[in-house]
Amino acid sequence: MTGAAPAAEAPPIDGSARPFLPRGVRLKFCEVRKSWFLLAPERALKLDQTGVAVLQAVDGERDFDAITAHLAAAFNAPHDRIAADAGRFLAALIARRMVETA
Amino acid sequence: MNDQSPIARPEFDPQAAPAPMAMLAELTHRCPLKCPYCSNPLDLARRSEELTTEEWVRVFHEAARMGVLQLHLSGGEPAARRDLPDILTGAVEAGLYSNLITSGVGLTEKTYAELVARGLDHVQLSIQGTDAETADRIGGYRGGFDAKLRVAEWIGASGVPLTVNAVMHRQNLDRLEQTIELAVRLGARRLEIAHTQYHGWAYRNRAALMPTAAQVKRAGEIAREAAVRLKNVLVIDYVTPDHLATYPKPCMGGWGRVGLNVTPTGKVLPCHAAETITALSFDNVRDRPLAEIWERGEAFTAYRGVDWMPDPCKSCDRRFKDWGGCRCQAFAWNGDAATVDPACSKAPNHAQMREAALAEGGEAHQDAFDYRVM
Repeated sequence: MTGAAPAAEAPPIDGSARPFLPRGVRLKFCEVRKSWFLLAPERALKLDQTGVAVLQAVDGERDFDAITAHLAAAFNAPHDRIAADAGRFLAALIARRMVETA
Repeated sequence: MNDQSPIARPEFDPQAAPAPMAMLAELTHRCPLKCPYCSNPLDLARRSEELTTEEWVRVFHEAARMGVLQLHLSGGEPAARRDLPDILTGAVEAGLYSNLITSGVGLTEKTYAELVARGLDHVQLSIQGTDAETADRIGGYRGGFDAKLRVAEWIGASGVPLTVNAVMHRQNLDRLEQTIELAVRLGARRLEIAHTQYHGWAYRNRAALMPTAAQVKRAGEIAREAAVRLKNVLVIDYVTPDHLATYPKPCMGGWGRVGLNVTPTGKVLPCHAAETITALSFDNVRDRPLAEIWERGEAFTAYRGVDWMPDPCKSCDRRFKDWGGCRCQAFAWNGDAATVDPACSKAPNHAQMREAALAEGGEAHQDAFDYRVM
């Protein structure tokens, strides 16, 4: 991105919001398929590596800023990019009521 | 995150049996309600023929080893089984995500609390209408509506996610807005707006159930508007009824691809209505391992993949998307399940199906039901 381009979109989740998986939504590793899934009412989402990392950081304790800081450190990646990606991912799950925030 | 698309892979073999994702366990056909669109077969199984607790638990473990992730505990009314908490424990111990599909009628507060304590993941509560008079007339059971409202309160208090399932037809479709409001009031995370599928009891009652074209059009508009308005509050699943669609639904996500159904007596079906295809025979979990039935059983291999397809399905670009639609519907209309689903606009009798449904929906109404009976 060049300096002339608009600033990267702000993460759609407030930094102090604490996301958590509500009852009835959980991570499960499927031994048959050798992949992680997010199990929710009537849904089983197969997760890629990023999705697993984000959701494993969603522990109900960390707020969104802490989650993105943790991921940026763990993946040695720019914080802004991590915040945008994780924000988009979590916002989509919030819209599907698979993640909630406190 | 991705919604699996194995088809893109070059080694994809459409005839091979993928690991199933979900199993519907019809624990019993017994139910206090008598809904005229019940998805159970016309010939209902007796209590004495039902699988035992131990048999169900064994089947759950077999299913989990095959890769099943989600288990739907259904019926009839699953609460009619006194061993429901033990059945649930079996599911939890097998590592399955458990979903209780209930009318709420006959479920006691004590049993519900027991299910929550044992690890129930999700409840799907059916509603027949938005007021006691209509709902109880459709369900054929007085007091049913009030019982459900109580159950919804227990669910809300327990924190277990609630999906409201509303089967819609001519006699309640004009109350769709109120149905959506009720789902919100009950604290549901999801609402399934399910148009009646015209098999079995519903087929018998289609003259009293088939909606008018105007009702369906309006319902689609209401559902779309509500889905936007209620974003982050209520997830709304809405599916257009078959006869007004251009292409068929990928019934069951494809025959023998995603899910399987075990009946109260242990028969294993590729979909809950598969017994209407009288030309098929079904294996039983009492006789054969579940994995073998899924991979090699006659009923599963009959219409798995694309080899069985007639024209125009087998050359259709959409064949890996809708997998030819509904075999039960093809059998009901054509007497041969290996024919084109009449819901598809490419089917030779699509116009005929559409017109028949519209005529039934438009006829001078007969609203009386032929209620489900044992």
